[in-house]
This record gives sequence, C-alpha cells and structure tokens, in this order.
Amino acid sequence: MSNAAIKGASAERTDFAVTLDGVTKRFGGVIAIHEAHLTIRRGELMTLLGPSGCGKTTVLNLVAGFFMPDSGEITIDGAPVSRLPTYKREIGMMFQNYALFPHMTVEANIGYGLRMRGVNRAEIHKRISEVLSLVKLRGLEDRRPRQLSGGQQQRVAIARALIINPKVLLLDEPFSALDKNLRGSMQVEVKEIQRKLGVTTIFVTHDQSEALSLSDRITVMSDGRILQVGTPEEIYRCPAQRFVASFIGDANVLKGKIERVEGATALVAIGDARIPVPVTGLNKPSPNAAVDLFVRCERLAITTAKPIACTGRISALIYQGGYIDIHIETPAAAEGKVLLRLPGHGSITKWQVGETVGMAIDGTDAVAFAASC
Amino acid sequence: MPRSAFQRLLRVIGISVVVVILGFLALPAVVVTLAAFNDKAILAFPPEQWSWRWFVKAVEYEDFRAGFRNGATVTLWASSTALVIGAAFAFAIDRYQFRFKRLIETILISPLVIPHFTVGLGFLILAAELGLARGFAVVIVCHIVLVLPFVLRSVYVSLRNLDPRYELAAASLGATPGRVLLTVTLPLLAPGLASGWLFAAILSFNEFTASLFVTSQRTQTLPVAMYNYVREYADPSMAALSVMYIVVTALLLTFANAFLGLGKVMNVERSH
Repeated sequence: MSNAAIKGASAERTDFAVTLDGVTKRFGGVIAIHEAHLTIRRGELMTLLGPSGCGKTTVLNLVAGFFMPDSGEITIDGAPVSRLPTYKREIGMMFQNYALFPHMTVEANIGYGLRMRGVNRAEIHKRISEVLSLVKLRGLEDRRPRQLSGGQQQRVAIARALIINPKVLLLDEPFSALDKNLRGSMQVEVKEIQRKLGVTTIFVTHDQSEALSLSDRITVMSDGRILQVGTPEEIYRCPAQRFVASFIGDANVLKGKIERVEGATALVAIGDARIPVPVTGLNKPSPNAAVDLFVRCERLAITTAKPIACTGRISALIYQGGYIDIHIETPAAAEGKVLLRLPGHGSITKWQVGETVGMAIDGTDAVAFAASC
Repeated sequence: MPRSAFQRLLRVIGISVVVVILGFLALPAVVVTLAAFNDKAILAFPPEQWSWRWFVKAVEYEDFRAGFRNGATVTLWASSTALVIGAAFAFAIDRYQFRFKRLIETILISPLVIPHFTVGLGFLILAAELGLARGFAVVIVCHIVLVLPFVLRSVYVSLRNLDPRYELAAASLGATPGRVLLTVTLPLLAPGLASGWLFAAILSFNEFTASLFVTSQRTQTLPVAMYNYVREYADPSMAALSVMYIVVTALLLTFANAFLGLGKVMNVERSH
C-alpha cells in the first residue's frame, strides 16, 4: 500500500466508522441490495428503516460478514472488510431472539467473546462485573438464559456484545420480542448505554416511531435501495420521496393542483386553500399539474372559517387517551379517508359521526409529489 | 355436557378397541415373562411353579456369555463409528451444496429399505470373494452399514432444528469456525448425537438376520447364540434372556427419552 493510500485510510478513520461503497448483493436472481452507498459516523446511532424485505437486515448481515457482497466494498474503521470473515471483524451483534447460548450460564455467555480472545481469567471476571453493572444485571451470573425474563435476556445479549469493545454494534430488531411497556424502557436504556459508551451503532427496525425516537440519523430503505438518509427531523419534515413520506408518520394524501411556481416554492390549490410547498419533490413543477399533497394528520383541522380545503363526512371518532383520531371521508380530495389527530379531551363530544365538516390545512411541513396516476 | 346413548356407546367401543390393541402389543412380552419364571424345563404357559433358575442358567451359559461379550464389542465399535461417519455426512448434507448430494443421501439411507438378510448375504459373499476371514471386522462393518441411516437421520434432524443464529453469534464474538463447532454447535447437538448413538447401539445389539450370515462360531453375537441354542433346546432360559433384553432396552430408552426431554428444555428460548 502506498503512503498516500495509508494517509487516505487514516483520514477516513477519523470520520467514518463504517462505510458502504457501491455494495450490491444478490440472492439467486433477486437483487437484495442495489449499489448502496452509506457512511456511518463514529459514535452515531444509525437506523436502517424500511418494511420487511427492503434489504435492511441484509445490510446488517453484510457488515457483520455473514455473507459477502457481490460487488462494492465495506469498510470498518477505514479498513476494507468485504473479504474478512466475521470472527476477525471486531463487531458486536445483538439478534432479534438474542441467540444467547442456552447451554451456558449468563456469566459464560457474557465472557464468551473475551475467552475467544484469550483474555486471562481475572481480567474476564473484572470486565464481566463492569459490564453487568452497566446493564444493571448483577446477581444473575449463574442463571441459564431460559431462567431469565425477556428484558433480562436482552441485557445479557447487549452485555455479551459490548464486553469486547466492538468497533461497531449491530442491533437486529432488538425490541420486537418485548411487550410494549418493557420495550419503551429498554429503548431508553439501550440508547443511554450507547451514548455513554459512544459506540457506533447500526440499528435495524421496521418500526418508524422507534426509529424516530432513538436515532441520530435514519436511512430509509425500500426494495433494496437507499431512499433517504437524514436526521429523524429531516426525514419526518422533509421526506425526499413519496415512499418516505407515506412510510414515516401518519400522512394524508390529498389531491391538488399546482397554481403557480415561484422559485423554489410551488403553490398548490386544494379547494379554496392555497398551500405553498417546496418544489423538491416535484419532477417538473408546472401550473395545472396534478400533485399529491402529503399532510401530517396533526396538520389538518376542522373549521368553519374560510378558506376551506375540502369537506367530508365524519366516519369515525376514536378516543386515544391524549388525543382523538377523526376519520373523514372526503372523496373529492383524497382516495381513502383522511385522518385528523386532535389533542385534548373535549373534542370527542364536539362532533358526531355522520356530520359533514370543513377542513383547513396548515401548510407547515407539507410536501407534494407528482400525482401517482 | 350431556351425551346421547349413541355417543356413550361409541366411547365404550373406542376404549375397548384401544385396550385390545395395546393388549396384543404387550402380549408377547407378558407371555415370555411368565414363561421365564416357570420351574419346569419346558416353555409352558402359564407356569405351575415359580423359579429364578432359568435366569441363573442363562447368565451362566458360556455361549450366552461369549455372545454378550461379542455383541457388546460389535455394538460399541459399530455405533460409535457410525456416529462419526453419520454426523460428518449429516453436516455435509445440511451445510454444503455439492454434486450427487441427493444420490449420496439416498445410498446412505438405503439400508432402511434393503432387507437385512440381503445386507448380511452381501457381506458374506464379499468377505468370501476377498478372502477375508470371518472376523469381527466384517461383523462391525456390516453393523455400521445397518445403523448408519438411523444415526444420520438423528443428527440431521438435530442440525436442521439448530438455530443458525447461535453459530453466527459465536462468530461475531470472535470464535473461529473450529471453536464455534467445539463450543456451540457440538454441545447444542449433544442430545441428538447421544440419542442417535443409543438408538444405533440398541439396534446393533439386537440385530439378528444379517449377523447370522456374517458371524462365525467365534464371533457370534447374543441373538445368534440364542438362535443356535433354541435350535437344540427348548427350556425357559431363552425366555429368561428375553426378559433381561426387554428390561435393559426399556431402561435405555427411558434414559434416552429423559435425555431428549432435557434437549427440548435446553432449546426452549427458540419459541419466541
């Protein structure tokens, strides 16, 4: 390797913990990952988000080395690893079912990685007790995995992955096996541990709210392609593609028409309402072009004041505790029903099912894409 | 829940059928057991006077003692060798793609459907053609062929049921493929390996048809010795030996079942 190449590699090392450079993976004739480019910064929690079958788990498995890419290169800490077997990659992986070794005690499970590295017994013992305090799991060292609750098993799994000080921590849908209450508290805890240790983490999930709440950045994937990479706020507020807008958050799709274009802003007409949107999502924004306007459910309101965007019939009022969901049929403006989310407890008695109401649109964060048909 | 008379009748008939079937299954063992305790020197049923003397005679009879030693030697070698070969093939078939995989699998399983006397006769002819003495080697190889399908199936099924994520987790923690095998794969397969071995051992020890062809006076196994005995004598020591067989096999199977049960518990986490 030339000096320049070494310098290049070490410069990269300071910036990125993991990179994917044009990585493609096929299974038989099916392309699972299509020329993926991705850079993951040191210490960040990067989420791979998408529906099942989008290729997010394949990316994780490629970084782990469970299979090799067909083309492209993966680097960990600046060093190419595409041809490196898993056991040399210094990664920590946590599986959906935790994959704790059932024939070993908690202590033996956690110490496994250090034993494989030939660390001496006293040191292993010391580090096990450190990591057990980190994950708040002291006193269960001699139990078998089957004697632990789901949350405890998860703590063992994360302790086992972290004890080797991995260059990157890989989490494969780690919370999906937990019930809802436990899931919330484990999410907070894992995030805290991750931040405290500053370990670069790749987190795979299909749960968009989990992705929004835990991530430093999110990579949205669909059909083996990376659609958008950004902070949770960027992804939520400025979805770059139609799929991203519909996958993240509860979006309403309203049929509108471009009235005029002023620089980077297009004015979309829906009923009497005029909503300015950025032109980024539109291919060739021209007046009179039909567009689909994506509006978050909390940005719609029931109103009697002008301008009214559309009118519709209330088909359901659903009490959700802190807010209510109102489903409204408005065939003129949307293909299905639209969903309004209103805060407060009084709202539930304000309207009746079957009532016809007018709706106003708050244009904040609305985005438009060319009409789908 | 109220039942109609017809439903009650069906129920009675159903229970009776089950009892009759179970009775027929248990009948030979019951008859043999009762005959074994008969004091008279004939295989009579039911016995008029009870005695342990045929058990003593069976245990002291030199041909049976030699048969037991020969059988144990053959069984230990055959089932242990079959375990190693069967496990290796099971791994290869489960983990790798190669040419003629189906064909190889079929050949390995084929002794299940080929009559034992064919296998025995085949080995007898082969040994004669090759000029091999009818020593233990021929008997052991013959038994390996006969029990291999059972070991192969047992290990293969255990491998299929092994969650690959255990091995991936071990690899991610820095274990080389060899250490993954030793520290994770083999311990998790232990119940399957042990039950495969035990099953092979029981089959081998009880095997008669093929053994009749390939054993000689010097190498005859216990079932062959029993056959030779019964051709000349008809006293209840045969029945006594049969009872011992039944008891030992039942104990081994109970042990195996407990072991397999333990195996299920060990893999309990897979359920979520």
